Amino acid sequence: MMVSAASDPIIRVRDITVQFGATKVLDGLNLDVKRGEILGFVGPSGAGKSVLTRTIIGLVPKLSGRIEVFGIDLDAADSTARRGVERRWGILFQQGALFSSLTVRQNIQFPVREYLKVSQRLLDEIMVAKLVMVGLRPEVADRFPAELSGGMIKRVALARALALDPELVFLDEPTSGLDPIGAGDFDELVRTLQRTLGLTVFMVTHDLDSLYTACDRIAVLGNGKIIAAGSMADMQASEHPWLRQYFHGKRARAVMG
Amino acid sequence: MNGDPTLERIARGNALALCAGGPWTATFAPVLERIVADAEKLAGSRLDILIDVSQVSRLDTFGAWLIERLRRSLAQGRAETNIAGLSTNYASLVDEVRRVNSVPAAERASVTISGMLATLGRSVATIGDTFLGLIDMLGAVLAASVRVLLHPRSFRLTSTVHHLEQVCWRAVPIIVLITFLIGCIISQQGIFHFRRFGADIFVVDMLGVLVLREIGVLLVAIMVAGRSGSAYTAELGSMKMREEIDALRTMGFDPIEVLILPRMLALVIAMPILAFLGAMAALYGGGLVAWLYGGVDPEAFLLRLRDAISIDHFTVGMIKAPVMAAVIGIVACVEGLAVQGSAESLGQHTTASVVKGIFFVIVMDGVFAIFFAAIGI
Repeated sequence: MMVSAASDPIIRVRDITVQFGATKVLDGLNLDVKRGEILGFVGPSGAGKSVLTRTIIGLVPKLSGRIEVFGIDLDAADSTARRGVERRWGILFQQGALFSSLTVRQNIQFPVREYLKVSQRLLDEIMVAKLVMVGLRPEVADRFPAELSGGMIKRVALARALALDPELVFLDEPTSGLDPIGAGDFDELVRTLQRTLGLTVFMVTHDLDSLYTACDRIAVLGNGKIIAAGSMADMQASEHPWLRQYFHGKRARAVMG
Repeated sequence: MNGDPTLERIARGNALALCAGGPWTATFAPVLERIVADAEKLAGSRLDILIDVSQVSRLDTFGAWLIERLRRSLAQGRAETNIAGLSTNYASLVDEVRRVNSVPAAERASVTISGMLATLGRSVATIGDTFLGLIDMLGAVLAASVRVLLHPRSFRLTSTVHHLEQVCWRAVPIIVLITFLIGCIISQQGIFHFRRFGADIFVVDMLGVLVLREIGVLLVAIMVAGRSGSAYTAELGSMKMREEIDALRTMGFDPIEVLILPRMLALVIAMPILAFLGAMAALYGGGLVAWLYGGVDPEAFLLRLRDAISIDHFTVGMIKAPVMAAVIGIVACVEGLAVQGSAESLGQHTTASVVKGIFFVIVMDGVFAIFFAAIGI
């Protein structure tokens, strides 16, 4: 989990094309995510941000192209290798996607129980450690997802995504639906986790605050391609009309102060 | 440095150093747990224990917690315990897990005789609530119907027609097929056994009465409960789960009027039609088998049928159909609205909807049998 050379991308996406019916959602897209960075992924609504995320994790079939995660080509990998990769990443879905018939405790313990043979005591302790990490109190452990608030669902879902201490996490709009303080805490949390666990984070977001405070690098999706990728300063210097509007709009100015 | 994680014990005079090495990560959690459990036995044996983690190659939450757990158990044995050799990154991770204080124990559901008896008692005690819920829903639906009658514009025709298509038109093929087959089977069995007494022709009497009066309606009702009752429960249940019903209510709509009344009405209209089609298909199937297997030609079959059955048999079946539809619909809607937040609850209530629906249909059939016997039809 040590940060290795920057030339070693943890995700390498080459010439990805995804088509739904007659519409090409992603059209020859290329993207590298470097080890240990927090990549913020932005773009207009409906541009295909979630589609790309879901394509990388294998939920959406692609027409052509090549995806490598941890240097393993996911199409060529056999099921054991694939499981190995899946064991090393964690995914936070937009709606949390907690198992509704399991308690918070069982939700977080589920992946651990499946992959590791450890005692119930350690399972419980790790579950509490994850809850504390994401800023929840251990008392929520025996609640069901239906009894949680929106922000708590996000946090529990993050705790579940982190349950196996993955090297890579995908966050699909982690701060949407959170109050600004909660969202700020969440960004801070992602930062802390990235630092302490050496995490690589792929974050789809619309939240300018998150982009400013949490992300090392930003990639912008438009017309099925990456139209820009780089630091915040690069984004602000860009002349692309959508980028100008996005990073120099009223809200952006408010965030920058 | 690679390979399995280790925890070496090095004695330094009055103190003991525990030197952790190798990868302390989730992958090695089972090994780590054993190592730490071994080391925890040292609690109270020495005065000073130092946990040296400088040789750890990789550390994650699992490793950090196990080191912290070790430190705590040793400290409880009143040994002076410290952690040394933490790099800054790992120190913040250990700080994170240090915030873990209480670990609530999992509530274990134990199966005991008293527990089972309690569950049984509770379900018996709530039988009354089930009836109350059904009556409550019946009342709400009737009240909504009256409101709609007074304000016909609030009636949801499109929705009713949509549900009518779902529960009636689309159900026709399967209902006709199954009742046809049942007609065939009744006829074949009848002929097979009646032949011994030379009473082949009486199979027509049996078929006519049975199909029009009992089996036709009952079978269709059971299929409708399985097919449409379950669908109603699942639809309403998932709407309830996603707060759609609450949204309707806050917009000033009555869910009973918007969601339940069109469904009920569609079912009440559909059942007699389906029961009629089912009865015809069963008679046709029975007649076909009687002809091909029993040698009763169609003309003789029809003549005998005319003598054997009266319009009363048909009427009895048709009167029962809408009542059974109402029972199925009410049970399905009550169960649908009782769904809680989880997928499991949706499954439970859909099951309950079908089981209770079929049960009440059979009970109703019995009540009708007694009633019609009493009035002499």
